[in-house]
Amino acid sequence: MDFLNSYIYYIGAVGLILIGLYIILVKHNLVKAIVGLGILDTGVNLFLISVGYITKGTAPIFSRPGIDSKDMVDPVPQALVLTAIVIGVAILALALSLAIRLYQHYGTLNLRKIREQKW
Amino acid sequence: MRSGIAILLLVIVAFGISLALAEIPFGSPKTKVGRRYIDEGVEATGAANIVTSVVVSYRGFDTLGEVTVLFIAATGLGAVLSAGRKNTAGETEPASVVLYTGCRLLFPLILIFGTYIFTHGHLSPGGGFQGGAIIASGFLLIYLGCRERRISRTASDLAESLGGLVFVVVGLLGLVFGRYFLSNFLPKGTVNTLLSAGIIPIIYIAIGFKVGSELASIIDNLIEES
Repeated sequence: MDFLNSYIYYIGAVGLILIGLYIILVKHNLVKAIVGLGILDTGVNLFLISVGYITKGTAPIFSRPGIDSKDMVDPVPQALVLTAIVIGVAILALALSLAIRLYQHYGTLNLRKIREQKW
Repeated sequence: MRSGIAILLLVIVAFGISLALAEIPFGSPKTKVGRRYIDEGVEATGAANIVTSVVVSYRGFDTLGEVTVLFIAATGLGAVLSAGRKNTAGETEPASVVLYTGCRLLFPLILIFGTYIFTHGHLSPGGGFQGGAIIASGFLLIYLGCRERRISRTASDLAESLGGLVFVVVGLLGLVFGRYFLSNFLPKGTVNTLLSAGIIPIIYIAIGFKVGSELASIIDNLIEES
């Protein structure tokens, strides 16, 4: 139980990363692969945030005077993930647009069938 | 067969990751740089929100690169989707009264909330990226509810370009008046007031406009394709 309490965020993040990788490796449908990419992205973000967490920490914002800076969590991973989320959305949108074009060109989203066809 | 190999590979990957993670204790302070940002950040940048001071001030150049990545992704999406687009202005069924009225009522409120989020980025949780995403969600609501409405492509391009331009010009002004690119040359003011932290609010407002218009144009491109 103690192990689970202290590592539950790591387990969740690595679980999401592995689920995303599995989807990307196994699924033949391109949209499902893109969804896997999104899950992988979420897992990496959660992992970075949980590495920066400090037990019973607060947000690193000095919103009122006299706030104790000893309890604040690490701001660097939060700053990185903040931009990574928006970049992740943009990458997903770009991948989806490429999938739309592929579907219009080949008439299918099945990667195995697309590979068999000629350009 | 294929999934078997994949699972085997994933088990190996999971084993490797767990070996590495066993060396990283959860919930203890790890980086010295984070500690230093917390201890000296308010003094050095004037922003109450340390995450904002890391994003805009300490790693401002990095953020400029990330904004560029977002710009390239949005432009690439526009280029991919606009090439060979068949102009099929399909008939769209009008949305129901509830959705239509709700969207028209909520849209200005969402815009105000997004603006609040990115102008107060140096004081409270939030900032340009979050505020921009909120504004883009308002545009998504408009596309869902009032389907005949379109945002002006010129206006969104203008907001996007101006946002990027303001970011770079403020950085270059830092080179002129300060010592380095993106140096905080404006007076820092009193911590925890709206007009504080020098160039940080200006840059975050520029980022808010840029991210908002970019995400809105992504939504616009994707909806036009359907």
